[in-house]
Amino acid sequence: MALQSLDIKARSATTTPAPGARGTIPVAKLIDISKCIGCKACQVACMEWNDLRDEVGTNAGTYDNPRDLTDQSWTVMRFSEVEVQQGKLEWLIRKDGCMHCADPGCLKACPSPGAIVQYANGIVDFHEEHCIGCGYCLTGCPFNIPRISKKDSKAYKCTLCSDRVAVGMEPACVKTCPTGAIVFGSKVDMIHHAEGRIADLKERGYSNAGLYDPQGVGGTHVMYVLQHADQPELYANLPKDPTISPLVGLWTGIAKPLMSLGIGLAVFAGFFHFVTAGPKEVEEEETD
Amino acid sequence: MSTFIQRYTRRERINHWVVAIAFVLAALSGLALFHPAFFFLVHLFGGGPWTRILHPFIGVVLFLFFIVMAALFWRFNHITAADRQWMKRIGDVMRNRDQGLPELGKYNAGQKYLFWILVVSVPVLLISGIVIWQPWFAPYFPVWLLRVAVVIHALAAWIMILGIVVHVYALFWVRGTMRAMTRGTVSEAWAKHHHRAWYRQMTGK
Repeated sequence: MALQSLDIKARSATTTPAPGARGTIPVAKLIDISKCIGCKACQVACMEWNDLRDEVGTNAGTYDNPRDLTDQSWTVMRFSEVEVQQGKLEWLIRKDGCMHCADPGCLKACPSPGAIVQYANGIVDFHEEHCIGCGYCLTGCPFNIPRISKKDSKAYKCTLCSDRVAVGMEPACVKTCPTGAIVFGSKVDMIHHAEGRIADLKERGYSNAGLYDPQGVGGTHVMYVLQHADQPELYANLPKDPTISPLVGLWTGIAKPLMSLGIGLAVFAGFFHFVTAGPKEVEEEETD
Repeated sequence: MSTFIQRYTRRERINHWVVAIAFVLAALSGLALFHPAFFFLVHLFGGGPWTRILHPFIGVVLFLFFIVMAALFWRFNHITAADRQWMKRIGDVMRNRDQGLPELGKYNAGQKYLFWILVVSVPVLLISGIVIWQPWFAPYFPVWLLRVAVVIHALAAWIMILGIVVHVYALFWVRGTMRAMTRGTVSEAWAKHHHRAWYRQMTGK
């Protein structure tokens, strides 16, 4: 979503500072998995606010519906049945979607200037009118979130309702959540709120309860309270220590500038060779 | 009147120039998506999305014509003892001190190494390019493979671009070379000077 923005922290494929005169405090969405009942109201609210309608899928024998994120489904509930302790079945329901990394791999990998921006408040947003459909954001993302539309070949994902947040409202999923499992506010407040929830969970026997705010990507602006923070993989393969693939860093951080320089140097080397050594001419062209 | 020797047939010249044009277009569109400093090049292709759409098709044209060209030139590009001798004196070659260089066949070692660089890099570019080709093929590959393919594609392209920079400069530097690919012939003096073994073979002198 494009609004007149003076609060951009980072902009894809841009080597000069982004317009950042306006400062805002970092925000965060906190998803307390221990409070989630899997009602999917957040999915509906997301569709409704963003005017999205996914295709009606088929039942695959689980509660997951739709089965995966798409260009029309920016958030999905992922249901996992696990036995952390023998004989004690737990139904872990994770609302999946963009984590809004402080160090966004999608933005780093994107070759199109301004197609991905990160606002001062931490929201990572796709500006689809600048998207060229190359799919590099997919390679940058450690959470497997962006989806390329089959209709228009643009990448889509959760915006954290950047349009709502920009005018002081909370994201649609937060507003609709009937159990208060999703809350929204400044990141500092959300961490504080999570501490209370974690203390409560620990009291109730979840000794490994904790906050999921992975530092490998600089922390995230969507955080989870997990009953089993020591095993995030239990929650539909939430990565334990997500990082941007070193291949993406190698390519964007080192290869791009050095290789560009190398090509430029090769051209200059040719020019200077010519003006020093001169052309290689064959004498007596006309004799045998 | 100087006499000329046939170096490339009409078919070889057409083939070479289709590859050359495809290379220039593929390199410009590829660089556009490689570093922000080159992004302005997308305007040559009708904007970002069109650049992304066209680049892989240009690459396929390049590949198809290149394999025909490689097959035609393959047998002239085996590295010989004379080539190794020549490479040892590359410093003299660069300073235009060509006296006493070994007699060479149709190609010198620099040309041959370029040939082999292209024989490796073009198929690598095709395969890695297919893996990351949106929206047709990339969805069928795992993300880790896309990550690897992006890096390999950039690396192979870089090596190829550097090779072609040298290739283009060499034809500008070594006078009398250009007409081999534009008119198909070179002067006898040129052939005698740069590729004497080939000259003997062609003229029987």
